[in-house]
Amino acid sequence: MQLLPLVIALLVLTSIGYYLGRGRALTMAGGSSRNLHSLPGYYGFYVALWCGIPAFLVLAAWLAFEPTLVRALVMNSLPPSAQALPEGELRLLMNEVRQFAGGRSYGREPSEIVIAAAEYYTSLKTTGFAALIVFSLSLAVAGLAWGRKRIHQQLRARVSVERAVKVFLIISSTIAVFTTIGIVMSLLFESIRFFQAVPPMEFLFGLNWSPQTAIRADQVGSSGAFGAVPLFAGTLLISLIAMTVAVPVGLFSAIYMAEYAPSRVRAVVKPLLEVLAGIPTVVYGFFAALTVAPFLRDSGSVLGLSVASESALAAGLVMGIMIIPFISSLSDDVITSVPHSLRQGSYGLGATKSETIRQVVIPAALPGIVGGVLLAASRAIGETMIVVMAAGLAANLTANPFEAVTTVTVQIVTLLVGDQEFDSPKTLAAFALGLVLFCVTLVLNVVALHVVRKYREKYD
Amino acid sequence: MNSFANTPHSKPLETDRRMVKVSARDVCVRYGDKLALKHVDLDMECNQVTALIGPSGCGKSTFLRCINRMNDLIEGASVSGSLMLDGQDIYDRELDPVLLRARVGMVFQKPNPFPKSIYENVAYGPRIHGMANTRDELDEIVMTSLEKAGLLAEVKDRLEESGTGLSGGQQQRLCIARAIAVSPEVILMDEPCSALDPIATAKVEELIDELRQNFTIVIVTHSMQQAARVSQKTAFFHLGELIEVGETEEMFTTPRHSLTQGYITGRFG
Amino acid sequence: MTEMSQTVTAPTDAAARKARQDARLRKRHAAERRFRALGIASIIIALTFLGLLFTTIIGKGYTAFMQSHLTLEVYFDPAEIDPAGTRDPQALATANYIALARQSLQDLFPEATSRNDRRQMNALLSVGADLELRRMVEANPEIIGTTQRVVLPASADVDMVVKGHIGRDAVEGGRVSQQQLDWIAHLEAQDMLALQFNTRFFTAGDSREPELAGIKGAVMGSFYAMLVTVALSFPLGVATAIYLEEFAPKNRWTDLIEVNINNLAAVPSIVFGLLGLAVFLQFFNLPRSAPLVGGLVLTLMSLPTIIIASRAALKAVPPSIRQAATGLGASKLQVVLHHVLPLAMPGILTGTIIALAQALGETAPLLMIGMVAFVVDIPGGPFDPATALPVQIFLWADAPERAFVERTSAAIIVLLGFLAVMNIVAIILRKKFERRW
Repeated sequence: MQLLPLVIALLVLTSIGYYLGRGRALTMAGGSSRNLHSLPGYYGFYVALWCGIPAFLVLAAWLAFEPTLVRALVMNSLPPSAQALPEGELRLLMNEVRQFAGGRSYGREPSEIVIAAAEYYTSLKTTGFAALIVFSLSLAVAGLAWGRKRIHQQLRARVSVERAVKVFLIISSTIAVFTTIGIVMSLLFESIRFFQAVPPMEFLFGLNWSPQTAIRADQVGSSGAFGAVPLFAGTLLISLIAMTVAVPVGLFSAIYMAEYAPSRVRAVVKPLLEVLAGIPTVVYGFFAALTVAPFLRDSGSVLGLSVASESALAAGLVMGIMIIPFISSLSDDVITSVPHSLRQGSYGLGATKSETIRQVVIPAALPGIVGGVLLAASRAIGETMIVVMAAGLAANLTANPFEAVTTVTVQIVTLLVGDQEFDSPKTLAAFALGLVLFCVTLVLNVVALHVVRKYREKYD
Repeated sequence: MNSFANTPHSKPLETDRRMVKVSARDVCVRYGDKLALKHVDLDMECNQVTALIGPSGCGKSTFLRCINRMNDLIEGASVSGSLMLDGQDIYDRELDPVLLRARVGMVFQKPNPFPKSIYENVAYGPRIHGMANTRDELDEIVMTSLEKAGLLAEVKDRLEESGTGLSGGQQQRLCIARAIAVSPEVILMDEPCSALDPIATAKVEELIDELRQNFTIVIVTHSMQQAARVSQKTAFFHLGELIEVGETEEMFTTPRHSLTQGYITGRFG
Repeated sequence: MTEMSQTVTAPTDAAARKARQDARLRKRHAAERRFRALGIASIIIALTFLGLLFTTIIGKGYTAFMQSHLTLEVYFDPAEIDPAGTRDPQALATANYIALARQSLQDLFPEATSRNDRRQMNALLSVGADLELRRMVEANPEIIGTTQRVVLPASADVDMVVKGHIGRDAVEGGRVSQQQLDWIAHLEAQDMLALQFNTRFFTAGDSREPELAGIKGAVMGSFYAMLVTVALSFPLGVATAIYLEEFAPKNRWTDLIEVNINNLAAVPSIVFGLLGLAVFLQFFNLPRSAPLVGGLVLTLMSLPTIIIASRAALKAVPPSIRQAATGLGASKLQVVLHHVLPLAMPGILTGTIIALAQALGETAPLLMIGMVAFVVDIPGGPFDPATALPVQIFLWADAPERAFVERTSAAIIVLLGFLAVMNIVAIILRKKFERRW
């Protein structure tokens, strides 16, 4: 694709626009910026915006919709026999066309249909791109001429340019909203399609999860079982183990750091704990699978316990370590923001430090701590890599931490990694699981943020 | 003369022979539901220092900030009535507040130089208003402004040093130099000496008196002595109302309103 | 009588009370010490795990930076390479080069004659030797017909033996036979088998053969994805922060944006992967496995962090600066661009770097958009299929060969190295430009 030269050409035109606009404004003002409404540079930007914005908008639109459009056109050009193919095979065929047009072999001799379609595909691509070049460049030149013509001494160029910048700022700020909408829409649409195949009740309350059988659609008993309870239970079990590790360790670390530690210890330990938060989860996953799980299995067999090599305990333990810094730093913030007058009141009555902490500071800080724990729990439920690498794939409904369980995130990954038909219930199930995950974490986050904000308002 | 003391806004104002630069008629300011300034009528004349005095929260700063539309920046603030600068409506929809502020400069309570060099501090205004076409012209503006602010001798050799490294009094004079560099017609000063020591205050006051030759100055002050020292005309505000306005000398010797008298004799405020 | 008892009991009463009090006090102080010990123990537990993690990874990974190489006298036999003698590039490209190296091994160990022995002997060499020899010939066809001293990669099993990961005594059913171990010992004694710095690890793409696998493909994939992420998330994040902090009126719409940003910051990363799959791949038909899509997803993920950090930095600039510039007649945008933004920039950059470090270590969303494929070629741009460094770690962690464990750990060391550098830069920026108002 010759996209880069086009982008560079447009950028060059835009900067030419800047200098032309600036020059023209200065000439009109007789060389002195005092005779202009705005600084000369603003007239330059004014012309540059007229030149660049329409052209780049066209380019962006082309980038976003060209693949879809070309694909649809090529699909329409296929002979009816090919169009009648089931969705999955049609996708494969289109892939082959693309590969062949790109000059790569697909591992087998292309059929005539493919060759014809590939030729059409290539011609569409080239004409489309030529049209884009001509259109965007002429648009840029036209914009340049128009903008330059509009320049006069009293033109409020600064106001116009600033308005354009403000529009850009506003558009940027809406991206967060659009991201949320995008998440909800994509999860919801695919989930609805999934629930057309599998009733929601069966999904939410079914006790049997075995999506694997659904691969071969022609097989007997191919419907698969999509009862997600074992996944929810597994997620809960691992998160619970993680929280039982992280909450006491994190909380006591925070208390020690906030109340006891001399500032020199604090200066060393606090960043070290934050290092724990900065380690990528894939590293924790590797650590869990390589070191912790075999260690637990071996020590289990010494004690006469049978510990699965992908036990919930190993994944939960390592996840707990990962979460420690979240709890400790959030609790640390909360504990240090408890007003000193409360502590002094307690000391004044002759309470020891630990009595003050237990009976005054912690109760006062409790809402904030609870908020932090909820945020950490949401983090644990949504955590993916540790469980993908260290937890199992089999959906066991068990509360035994020594057995292997699977989680929602593990199943999303296994269902979607690798080449799959996009429309089978198997892949759609991943989106339904994603929807559940999103909703649960969202509720936890909203509650946690609310609790924390209420707490802040109380003492700020 | 006697009559306007009690109801200042119902009577025609004393105009003297001087030229009125800024004139306010029936100016009210609301912050949300709260009426912060009530029906103020006041004229500020060319080459005079007008002092606005009154207890805290009386609306004098609010009034000052109306003159260069700094109140626009506060959410929920609304201004009604008319404010004229040389007969032109300050709150005209067509008037760009940015251009207005080039004509009406402002010096703030606390010295607030930009964390840049002394030169850049003064050069910033002329630059954004396109007042200099060449570097030499800009140098010229910066030097004369520093000179006029009485700061040039002290900082001549360290123009590239940070403006925040100066002493408090020097910083405030730098801020004045920065304000006069855009050659405004009016300079508003919001308690310019409240953060300064007595010696620095004296210098700034001296400077204000000199600047009167070229600019119209409106100054808000807490100190009555300062108002007496620097101003020719004084306006006394109380609870959002303009209580009394007059020649400074007259006002401090024979205040007409009992509130004014109470304030200047230190019974409240 | 009553008086007597009173006078007698009073002191004992006081003593008993004192004793009780002392006991109580001792108990309270013991509780105090226990409480304190719990805190210290917690910190020790956390730090022990941190230490354990680093020692495990580094202990397992550092050996991957060295690699066993065989130094052989190879005769570039014209009969094998170019029987026709035409020096036709086509013929040179397709010749069986590894046979040359195998021949020189055969010369060293003439006793290996049976098919089984020769197969075991050939297994000492990496299949990558083929490529190595071909490159030599293609670079300089003159060497055909001569004998050259050539350094060739040994196979992964040999490497494991040399590094001591596989014992020197053959195990029944083990990967290395006694015969091979003897040869290895012989080659080492002759100085023909030794560890050298493993440049291939940094210059090669992925491979099924551990001794040939490198991280360059993954590093470049991560690089292109991060390029897209920086180019989009920095301007968009800063623009959003400026709008919300400096321009936005306080109303329901801006409240909604704020709530959205705060919640997005806590949405699980895999959900962003699902979004990328559904929107970028399915809806916009962007290429699968491309760093471009990875970058887009990571952009959406890191935006909330950048926005929150940038807003905090903008908020920290005192209002007096804004007033001063406004009072001089600067427009709102000029105030922000000339004064507020430059002053907030160190804080914004710190936040951005930290967000990018998080994005660099992110794996789960990339699995969703297909950046998990086995990619041998080093990607040349953001549109080429690629994987990313953390995904490469995930892929190698799954590989059964013992030699991949060491490479996984080494890749983790490299990844952690990148993250450490980014975080240190962020800390330095913060320290150097931190301004107390």
